[in-house]
Amino acid sequence: MLHASRSRALTRVLTAIPSRHLTTQSSSTPISSVLIANRGEIALRVGRTAHELGVKCTTIYTDPDANSQHALSSPFAVNLGAPSAYLDGERIIKVAKEQGCEALHPGYGFLSENSAFARRCVEEGLVFIGPPWKAIEAMGNKSRSKEIMIEAGVPCIPGYHGKNQAPEYLLEEAGNIGFPVMVKAVKGGGGKGMRIAMNQEEFLDRLESAKSEGRNSFGDDEMLVEKYISTPRHIEVQVFADKFGNAVALGERDCSLQRRHQKILEEAPAPNLAEDIRQELWEKARAAALAVGYEGAGTVEFIFDNDTNEFFFMEMNTRLQVEHPVTEEITGEDLVSWQFKVAAGEPLPLTQAEITQRIAERGWAMEARIYAENPNQNFMPDSGKLIHLRTPKLSETVRIDAGFVQGDTVSSNYDGMIAKLIVSGPTREVTIRKLHAALQDYEVVGLSTNIEFLKRICKSSDFIKGDVETGYIQKHTDELFTPDPLDPEVFAQAALGILTKEHSENSNFAVGPHSQSIGFAANTSRSFSFLTGASEPELIKVDISQLGPKLYDVSVEGPSVSQAYDRLICESTRPTSISSFFPRTRVESTLIPTEDGKLTIFSKGKQTQLQLAKPSWYEKALGLKDVANTVLAPMPCKVLRNEVKEGNEVEKDQALVVIESMKMETVIRSPQKGVVSKLVHKEGVSTLRFTKYSTLLTLLSRISAKQEPYSCFSKRLVSLLGLLTVIKANVILDRSNDVNEDILKGVSYHRIHSETRKMMSLQ
Amino acid sequence: MSTSRIARGVLGASRCLRKPHRSNNFFFRSTSRCIATHTTPSQANAISVLPTIVDPSSEEYKENVRQMGEVMTRLEELTKKIHQGGPQKAREKHIARKKMLPRDRVTALIDPGTSFLELSALAGHEVYPEAEVPAGGIITGVGVIEGVTCMIVANDSTVKGGTYFPITVKKHLRAQAIAQENNLPCVYLVDSGGANLPHQADVFPDKEHFGRIFFNQARMSSMGIPQISVVMGPCTAGGAYVPAMSDESIIVDEQGTIFLAGPPLVKAATGEVVTAEDLGGGKMHTTVSGVSDYLAVDDAHAIILARRSISNLNWPKKEFPPPTYQEPLHDPEELIGIASTNHRKPLPIHEVISRIVDGSVFSEFKRDYGTTLVTGFAHIYGHKVGIIANNGILFSTSSLKGAHFIELCCQRQIPLIFLQNISGFMVGTDAEREGIAKNGSKLVTAVACANVPKFTVVVGASNGAGNYGMCGRAYSPRFLWMWPNSKIGVMGAEQLSAVMETVGRAVDPELKARIESESEAIFSSARLWDDGVIPPSHTRRVLGLGLMAALGGKNEPIPTKFGVFRM
Repeated sequence: MLHASRSRALTRVLTAIPSRHLTTQSSSTPISSVLIANRGEIALRVGRTAHELGVKCTTIYTDPDANSQHALSSPFAVNLGAPSAYLDGERIIKVAKEQGCEALHPGYGFLSENSAFARRCVEEGLVFIGPPWKAIEAMGNKSRSKEIMIEAGVPCIPGYHGKNQAPEYLLEEAGNIGFPVMVKAVKGGGGKGMRIAMNQEEFLDRLESAKSEGRNSFGDDEMLVEKYISTPRHIEVQVFADKFGNAVALGERDCSLQRRHQKILEEAPAPNLAEDIRQELWEKARAAALAVGYEGAGTVEFIFDNDTNEFFFMEMNTRLQVEHPVTEEITGEDLVSWQFKVAAGEPLPLTQAEITQRIAERGWAMEARIYAENPNQNFMPDSGKLIHLRTPKLSETVRIDAGFVQGDTVSSNYDGMIAKLIVSGPTREVTIRKLHAALQDYEVVGLSTNIEFLKRICKSSDFIKGDVETGYIQKHTDELFTPDPLDPEVFAQAALGILTKEHSENSNFAVGPHSQSIGFAANTSRSFSFLTGASEPELIKVDISQLGPKLYDVSVEGPSVSQAYDRLICESTRPTSISSFFPRTRVESTLIPTEDGKLTIFSKGKQTQLQLAKPSWYEKALGLKDVANTVLAPMPCKVLRNEVKEGNEVEKDQALVVIESMKMETVIRSPQKGVVSKLVHKEGVSTLRFTKYSTLLTLLSRISAKQEPYSCFSKRLVSLLGLLTVIKANVILDRSNDVNEDILKGVSYHRIHSETRKMMSLQ
Repeated sequence: MSTSRIARGVLGASRCLRKPHRSNNFFFRSTSRCIATHTTPSQANAISVLPTIVDPSSEEYKENVRQMGEVMTRLEELTKKIHQGGPQKAREKHIARKKMLPRDRVTALIDPGTSFLELSALAGHEVYPEAEVPAGGIITGVGVIEGVTCMIVANDSTVKGGTYFPITVKKHLRAQAIAQENNLPCVYLVDSGGANLPHQADVFPDKEHFGRIFFNQARMSSMGIPQISVVMGPCTAGGAYVPAMSDESIIVDEQGTIFLAGPPLVKAATGEVVTAEDLGGGKMHTTVSGVSDYLAVDDAHAIILARRSISNLNWPKKEFPPPTYQEPLHDPEELIGIASTNHRKPLPIHEVISRIVDGSVFSEFKRDYGTTLVTGFAHIYGHKVGIIANNGILFSTSSLKGAHFIELCCQRQIPLIFLQNISGFMVGTDAEREGIAKNGSKLVTAVACANVPKFTVVVGASNGAGNYGMCGRAYSPRFLWMWPNSKIGVMGAEQLSAVMETVGRAVDPELKARIESESEAIFSSARLWDDGVIPPSHTRRVLGLGLMAALGGKNEPIPTKFGVFRM
């Protein structure tokens, strides 16, 4: 959300502008209504500026987004239906016209860089708030854009892509490019058929090895030679151009911190960048924009060689970027309002000299993207309900652009970015510290997030030094992913939190003699068991003896922790928080339990997720069994491919099914050696359901089992399998038709259980 | 500046106005009635606050602490040992069967953050020469389950297989009596081999024996006091009626059994060979016979099911205690330095009261009449109580005062608390001529007939008819607790030997020592003459829990009708 003071700054800017360009006012066609053809935080972001400018907003939404913040943000909201409808350009144009919108803002993603759509808007008489469709088209074509850039004097990555494959010739080309170089099979991918030659001497060896790998892997040894950049950085320049042939650079951004080739942390200005190179970057970026007759906001992306300080054009993004707020912070400008002005035909509000001056005065800004993903599982996307959401305190220098509030659901249909946290400060060091502090106050429960990972980055010494590169995360894997040692205080807090919550719910006995120790040798020890969230969970036992109201003896025992605290005072401060006086410190923790038996604790600026160990009877009483014979989807998803067939023998870790969720493919592997007895879903089936119980994908049987164990499934049951949850699916493994039918009829689990057991014992 | 000038102007104006007023007042004062003096509540309260003259640095205090400390340590260690239950081997075997130890079952059963008021943990201690029976082989007490104050009765099968010794029966029945008097739903955690056969003569035939358990269950159920049982072990023969006579019963799969005769007896009787599980296991009883209502996977699951049953009792929950009350002004821990193991020394009872009641506030009744009995109103955890406490021998005056006070409390439905430290009624010509027998009987009549909840704490001696007048066991207090230093007996050991000698009987040289030890609190508690020995500093808490049990839930005031007071 845009902070009030920011809005004030924005208003200041807006009121300042007309007086400066009084003469050009008459020639422009002001925009008074807009359709925001996007969702989430960017739709809200655009809407905010539009409201500031008095522009009437119409928003669009899809069925899964019906209750999302952007849909609720405007009284004019139109439902498009299916989840993919944000891409339905014709439909959106129709809505815009029906709603009487003069302009259309595409945001980022979806249709923002679709030249055909931009063209159709213009044809339909809508103002497309973005560059002319021809500029989008030109920049959308990789080879054409490269040609245009070379022509405009913008450096592109040197390389040889020709047909002459003679090794000597390639060596000569490599010499021209300058070592180190990379030889790469034209048809290659995933690192196959690719070699790096550091110098002339090893070039031919490397070439031959790449060629043979190319031949073996994809039967083709055609090679290309390109300059190899060993420590590349991603530096991009925000440009803005108007109808009058003016183009300015609003500073650069360093977006080198990436995972899965997607940015997670961006900053402006770029660290460790000499001023002359900076100016050159800006200059080239403006040249690039002018070369394609650009209008509006755009970003020219460069690959920057840390070793040589050279930079090369990569591509131009013809839209407002996710990370535009950092530029707003260092310039003090509202880029969305600039977009509206330029689209209305006004000239750029500031000159390059004024912008340069602003940037010189305004310090540093950083943006951390808060994603619904699990960094420890290769950043696998997550989705679900935001059960608990607490954000850092907003201020002049702490800004959050978010599309969600507590209680909202992050859908697996769309990108999993929950929010952008933008922090600014006078220097880079201060900004990093402030970002870390703000992240410590950022609490999200309900799905996995990268917040803890972002905190790690803020503490990473090379990052603090500004030694960034696109391979930073891979290079610092050990540092960034090594789990922290377990803190026994967290477990003590977890158990105390559960206990105090029950006390407060039982308020009738919160006062009076209860909770006091009564009689000789009074002992009220209760034991709590938790599983750590690590890949190989540790079982931690916490014993609590209550000595009096708010007074406890606590001991924490586990494989790697052992700690006892005597006479610890603990009381609840808020409904979800407790405050405990440990022997040396006072610890305040927020505890959020979730329905899936997890407990999330925020303590001392750190988030810890624990699993409550199930009571001895739990699975048996509920008819559950933890069987490795079922393979479950980890999230709502679409089945892309079944890699095996029913009856196939599979090894442990062999790929079984490929699923897609949140724009990501995930391979589901076999948990054991066995035979595939049932593939539950056909390819292309969506299992889009919002429940924490995963969906059954595959049934396996052990090879040792002689008989076909699942032959007695009732047909009705099989047809329902797709809808069955873990609980039910597991019961199915107890083979009996009657029992299975019983489940469907909703007979109590106890009964099923006992009968199943009986039948099993008869067999 | 300007505001202050205005203020000054206003002041000036008021000065002008005040003059005629003053003269008016003067005029009125001289002619009409006086104005009522206002006393602030804090000033009013001051007359009720008990002062203390206890000096923790005095020799007497230190000596008391030393002597009491010895007794307390002995009890602490003894209780710890008793809490362990049966022998190590039996406990290991119990755990190996994946059963929870009975005390863990009780803890799991009650709500976290609530205290379990255990009854008579010392039961059976050194009672049977041939066997140690920790806690009498059964754990009983008042605990809160799902917000409902309940009576919990849990067999300890690590103690002689949970079989019923005579003391076990007595303890079980006492728990039921408390449940019945206080309208407490009962939860039985059954894990018992039934009657202890060598003791069958003292367990089976009489009125207050085994059969009474089921009689009580039936009667309580008829009175609307829920009976819930959890079968966690065998329930054979008569034992089968515990679950069978419960309103709801839960049984643990492959652990609990219910049958009138076990497999060996069945084989002997009919020749049928059958396993215990098939004969009366959980699955059979929950699916075929319907003897049990819920099948549990294990102890922990059974306890969750029991808690759920209690949550469905639709039991009323009273708001008690109120959210605000004051702790005593004086530290209850100091009671150890005030109480004495030497009962010849007077126990300053006001010092005791001031460490039990809210804010040490005590509205003493008839303070200066019959001073050997202290009576008055106070609060414990916000609940109004009437306190009757000994401060010496009972005279005619003190007895009359006590009877008067009991009448007040019964009229007003105020629970009574007796702090007993009595060597008896006054004897001698003067006393008899004053009609001590007649006056003492008035006190006894009042105590016997009072239908308000009565609680007795023996803080010193409990001898002779004083025991009756001060609501001894025979006068059915809802609960009776003893301090570790207290002694109970028809008279002190010394007096007893003196009397015996006087009447010309040869005194066994060991008699005095025997009487001495038989008067001890531990001896008393082992035989269930009381509901437990408590640390003096816990008196307030224990009374608080007792009041909650006696006044919460479905308890309604019962009117009192006194018998004839001989005038």
